[in-house]
Amino acid sequence: MSRRLLERMFEEPLNVIITGVGGQGNVLASKILATVAVESGFYASVGETYGAAQRGGAVMSHVRISKDGQYGPLTPQGKGDIILGFEPVECLRTIGSFGNKKTRIIVNPRPIYPIDVLSGATEYPHVDSVLQAIRELVSSVYVVEATELAKEVGAPIIQNMAMLGCLAGAGLTPFEYEAFREATSEEFSEKGRARNLRALELGYERIKTLKPL
Amino acid sequence: MAELGKEEPERRMLMMGNEAIARGALEAGVDFCSGYPGNPASEILDTLSKLADKLHFHVEWSVNEIVALEAAGAAAFSGLRALSAMKNLGADVCADFLMTVNLSGTRGGFVLVTGDDPSAHSTTSELDTRNYARLAEIPLLEPATTQEAKDMTRWAFDLSEELGLICMVRTVTRISHSRGVVKFGQMLRRDRKASIDPQDMWTSGSSNITCMFHGILHEKIKTAQERFEESEFNWYVGKEDAEFVIVTSGTGWLYTLEAVRLLGIEEDVGIMKLGTTWPLPRKFVAGHLREAKEVLFVEETDPFLEQNVKIAAADMAVTDVGPIRFYGKESKHVRGEFGAGTGELNVDIVIKALAETRGLEYAPVAKEYLEKTQKMLGSYVPARTMSFCAGCPHRASLYAIKKALKWDGRNGFVTGDIGCYSLSMLPTGFSLAKTLHCMGAGIGTANGFGNLEKFGMDKPVVALAGDSTFYHACIPGLINARWNGANLLLVVLDNATTAMTGHQPHPGSGINALKRLSPKVPVENICEAIGVETRICDPFHIDEATRSLYEMLQTKGAKVMIFRHECPLAFPKEKPATVYVDQEKCIGTECGCAAFCTRVFGCPGNIWDYEKGKAKIDEALCNGCGLCAQLCPKGAIIVKEAA
Repeated sequence: MSRRLLERMFEEPLNVIITGVGGQGNVLASKILATVAVESGFYASVGETYGAAQRGGAVMSHVRISKDGQYGPLTPQGKGDIILGFEPVECLRTIGSFGNKKTRIIVNPRPIYPIDVLSGATEYPHVDSVLQAIRELVSSVYVVEATELAKEVGAPIIQNMAMLGCLAGAGLTPFEYEAFREATSEEFSEKGRARNLRALELGYERIKTLKPL
Repeated sequence: MAELGKEEPERRMLMMGNEAIARGALEAGVDFCSGYPGNPASEILDTLSKLADKLHFHVEWSVNEIVALEAAGAAAFSGLRALSAMKNLGADVCADFLMTVNLSGTRGGFVLVTGDDPSAHSTTSELDTRNYARLAEIPLLEPATTQEAKDMTRWAFDLSEELGLICMVRTVTRISHSRGVVKFGQMLRRDRKASIDPQDMWTSGSSNITCMFHGILHEKIKTAQERFEESEFNWYVGKEDAEFVIVTSGTGWLYTLEAVRLLGIEEDVGIMKLGTTWPLPRKFVAGHLREAKEVLFVEETDPFLEQNVKIAAADMAVTDVGPIRFYGKESKHVRGEFGAGTGELNVDIVIKALAETRGLEYAPVAKEYLEKTQKMLGSYVPARTMSFCAGCPHRASLYAIKKALKWDGRNGFVTGDIGCYSLSMLPTGFSLAKTLHCMGAGIGTANGFGNLEKFGMDKPVVALAGDSTFYHACIPGLINARWNGANLLLVVLDNATTAMTGHQPHPGSGINALKRLSPKVPVENICEAIGVETRICDPFHIDEATRSLYEMLQTKGAKVMIFRHECPLAFPKEKPATVYVDQEKCIGTECGCAAFCTRVFGCPGNIWDYEKGKAKIDEALCNGCGLCAQLCPKGAIIVKEAA
């Protein structure tokens, strides 16, 4: 391997982190985003933590997009460029490890209560305080009621696709919306395709009506 | 998935590491694949099973890892190409066979893929299976990227055939569960015929024969070393003849590149990336350490390369390499949150090690920013421990066990086992389990606890086993309990699938890896044949389940309760019932022990309406099992069946 190749690998990558709770569809969203990147001529690496994926733990997917080469699957501390927060507290938790002053956020403000909160062992903070804390730590925050959008297509669970639509519509990535639509179409069978595309579209349209905090 | 099985050389595709390993096996023209599900390796066989019909090769989920490796071994003895894939602790299960099949050798390409889980994301051990390669004296390949995961798997078959020896590919979570771009290669034509010839003798022998085979094994591994000296999977980049060299393998390669870049020391150091890590290609290593004065090792889990290179350096000290100062896990420069040699690697760990050894400063974010985020996190970020999914039958089963043990009044306890229900150690499983180790250790340890009466043990013991775990590792334990008179109650949590690892079928499913109908081996038939009292109950009939368990706790001997209810994720209802709280009836925190539904039962679908001070159902999570409606003392939870 030549030195030139070594150097080419390190143009600054775009680090997108999708964070939420097991069962919210992180893995699928990260896979579609990475597919969009690859189909648009970029390199993409995805690192994700399974295990807790279906069991209510905090989960995170790192999508690292680069023009020139393959990166490792984990973003270094403080190097998150965009954080897609499927849950407000998890969004803040992720900023703690990967955020910086320039990070941009899209967050679904709907809480998923940890079992520790439901049992009374600890308390869930007011969502407004969490959003305020997020706002103080990063450069811009879009708050999108993605679960409500997903309810409009009859499945609150597919807020992940609405959030991905937001990312497509926010102008934070170099990819065309059509590439998101294509990757989403590819991902689903006949059965789920229409409503997932619709959720994507609702997110895409909604974010254009919002101003970041 | 079908895309993965297409010829299309040169095509570039985003794929998961495990899919890349599967593609590598396909390109090698694999004939026979076996394994047992376990993170992070499950998707290798998952992927292959979906392509087996079309491409006419054999894939099976075996009952456990040793049967998997033995079955694959037989295919390899017969001249076919065979692959077994498993998680790190699976390598333990098949170690007996591994430590003898290395001596007997192979005719067809025979590849063992082990998936290690540094940081134990979904495992009970950080076991580094590279040690097995050294222990068994078999060649070891360690992919550093998704591309290499494919390429190495493919090459491992060629190497295995050339040497007549099983080869090992070690992957880790951050390779297996990462996605990257992979370029396809040619698929080999498959036209092999299976045969066992009259003169064949596949054995590790005994006595002199074993010693002779052992000598042959040493020769084979020497040949492997010669091949490794020339391997395209090893390379050196950066400063030529550097005084500071980073020696790395696996995920460490990309982490090191990024760390070196972030520190701006690309011009000052050399990076030696090794893909063939056992036996160590000593000449290649020595060739790049000729001028080295300092060496830093970056690798996952154990100081494996670190120790092997040090040994080699000591051997070569006189002629080839000078005195070197070594940094790594043994010097504690490479260390995670819990110390050196624990936890998975990342770029920041490599940066810290480089900064310390080279006297550099690096701050990922400004100090004030860090302080501010830590303060915010402290104020607004509650812990989130794992819990059973909404509608999970395990919650019902464990609730019944908890209640039955309470009625029994002798402070009985639970021995846990491996599966989703390992969460029986945590609050979501009412913290019932007092032990948790490996597959089958629930009933294994219960065999001991259940025979300690004469030493004063006065508590009854309940052993847990999932259905798949029961077949895998619990049957000898149950026979032993019957034979040696252990007092234990084995509760088999039968949810009709291997849920933890992605819903693979098992011997009780009635289908095989290819989703074809296959004969069922019901848990109860096995238990009854062993001669133990066996009952079956749906845990969602919570009162009956609890009463029945209580009765079984009142008699001596080994007994089995099968709690049977399908995993709702594996078998989702077409139209689930709608569950809601009649807030008129709900008495809020006045109820029982204050919010019984959320505080005691702990289903994530039972949430609290803070405005009204009443219970509520989270419609995004609830899947309509309706168990909370049975438990609510006020009958305030309503289940409306779908029309």
